[in-house]
Amino acid sequence: MTDALERREKLQADRLVQYETMVEIRAFEDRVKEIFFEGLVHGTTHTCQGQEAVAVGIAAAARPTDTVTCTYRGHGVALALGLTPESILGEIRGRQMGSVGGVGGSMHLCDMSVGLLPTFAIVGAGIPVAAGAALTAQVRGTDDAAIAVFGDGASNIGAFHEGINLAAIWKLPVVFICENNQYGEYSRIDLTTPIENIADRAVGYGIPGVVVDGQDVDAVTRAVGEALDRARSGDGPSLLELKTYRYAGHSRADTAPYRPEGEFEEWFERDPINSFRARLIQEGGLTEDGAAEIDERVKARIAAAEATVEDATGATVDDMFRNIYAPTS
Amino acid sequence: MAKMRMNQAIAAAIADEMRADPDVVMFGEDIAVAEGTFKTSAGLLDEFGASRVRDTPISEMGFLGAGVGAAATGLRPIVEIMFVEFLGVAIDQLSTEAAKFHYLSAGQVKVPLTVRASVGAGLGFGSQHSQTLESWLFATPGLKVVVPSGPQSAYGLLRSAIRDDNPTVCLEPRALYAGRAEVATGDDALIPLGKAATKAEGDDVTVVSLGAMVGNALDAVARDAGWTADVIDLQTLIPYDKEMLIDSVRKTGRLVTVEENPLTGGWGGEIVSFLTGEVFSDLKAPPLRITCPDVPVPFGKELEQRYLPNADYVADQISELIETSSLPRHWWEKAEVGQ
Repeated sequence: MTDALERREKLQADRLVQYETMVEIRAFEDRVKEIFFEGLVHGTTHTCQGQEAVAVGIAAAARPTDTVTCTYRGHGVALALGLTPESILGEIRGRQMGSVGGVGGSMHLCDMSVGLLPTFAIVGAGIPVAAGAALTAQVRGTDDAAIAVFGDGASNIGAFHEGINLAAIWKLPVVFICENNQYGEYSRIDLTTPIENIADRAVGYGIPGVVVDGQDVDAVTRAVGEALDRARSGDGPSLLELKTYRYAGHSRADTAPYRPEGEFEEWFERDPINSFRARLIQEGGLTEDGAAEIDERVKARIAAAEATVEDATGATVDDMFRNIYAPTS
Repeated sequence: MAKMRMNQAIAAAIADEMRADPDVVMFGEDIAVAEGTFKTSAGLLDEFGASRVRDTPISEMGFLGAGVGAAATGLRPIVEIMFVEFLGVAIDQLSTEAAKFHYLSAGQVKVPLTVRASVGAGLGFGSQHSQTLESWLFATPGLKVVVPSGPQSAYGLLRSAIRDDNPTVCLEPRALYAGRAEVATGDDALIPLGKAATKAEGDDVTVVSLGAMVGNALDAVARDAGWTADVIDLQTLIPYDKEMLIDSVRKTGRLVTVEENPLTGGWGGEIVSFLTGEVFSDLKAPPLRITCPDVPVPFGKELEQRYLPNADYVADQISELIETSSLPRHWWEKAEVGQ
């Protein structure tokens, strides 16, 4: 069993682990931003603070045997699916122990033991690819499914239309998840998209379109689970729109000056981690002390990961020449 | 052995692979019920059923992307692009996704995808349906590209492409679909990828060609113009057979490419560049590229035939090269053209 699969199984079995993973994603992304400013990250990076419930809800609902395509803003989804902080940070830092050996970088993570295809740095490209993964399940007659995670910006590119249309006519077992964080790169969604709910576009494909509160991890888990059940039972794809919010800018040093005043504060009132913590405490599954312990444990885990990565070997020139072509058996 | 047209040899190759492996599936526009615009999938729907042989909407990015996803998760899809130009709306899925998955997964993911597309001029389809467009694919590590020159190589190359664990593009010269020849089928007829074939042997010049131009090169050599040539059918463009080319040019001392593409950016530029470096001191004359002019493929029978390098032109250019040891001008560079 891989480390990722072990992490994934724990997350699926235990809501406290789901909470801890959300805390981990937030802490991880905060550190990524910091080490970027420390000059330790070559190139670019896209963080997902504010969108933790989306990542964890998807990972809780899906099976590790389901295939997932995900965007370049993928650290959170990857952590939730099971990838370790070491493997992601290692990749961000170009280390051999990184998720894909250090030749990919922040935008390219992969672990097939939990179904994560190489994450996509081309907006929308993962949508038809997820349809194809679902085709494999359909042709082979398994009850696996596929999930495409993409942003609101992707809903305007041709791959969205073509991929969903194809999946709908072939009734493929796939769930299309639009992670609507309100911004496509630097542009607010209402400047690029003439409708309020992207889920409404499902009508055009004759499939269910559902708006979900993407800040509520339980709501996400439930909605994704229902759509997956539908997919597995042969009723075809669904389009879910998970309304969420990107706390950070688009990438690197973007401080999102284009954001209207007060918008972040408004969303932060419904912060997915704070909300889930309050719910767990109210339900009696967690105490304030327990939550503080989780915070400390996560902090220590990420510090340990940073130390491991710091000392790890960088990808070599030899690595650059590996895995260009697969040997044909 | 049986006499087959090239489109029949293609359908036979697909059928043989589908019989051998239940993971082989095929989809594209009008390939199932209609059996393909060029009848390259005749009989497949009947034999293998609607799950494995599927018609798609007109949406190349969607169904090529689905081919990538299916290949990455265990199927061996064959995706048909009716005319290679239609790849333009989908090339992200081929060049930027499929060709990178193995690299960007540290070898975890393989993409045994075969993309078939019809290519080339000669049938009057006009500028937007007559290009060969190898150059769109030429600079993409991770892809393989094969180009058949007739029924036998179509059968052998396609079967090897389907069996290959990498995304492989088979560019099928449309003008050759109707050509008939004896075709050996079965596993012995597989043509390994990366290997060229010597179609004629001679002493004075190495003529490197691909696809529909192989026939023109052979016809040119048959003119008996006082010189003899090795005619090499590259068969696989990426990765091309460097060893065979080096050996031949070392022997003949002259290199000519015959290409169905515009001069600028054509594959012959790479071959000439490579071989000039490898065998410089063996060359008796500058390498010559015989290509189409840098214009869109024109409509109209006479213009279209003028656009393509025909056998007479190829023979004349080679004769002039051998006689003068300097480069003959391209026909469109002559004074009376384009004034």
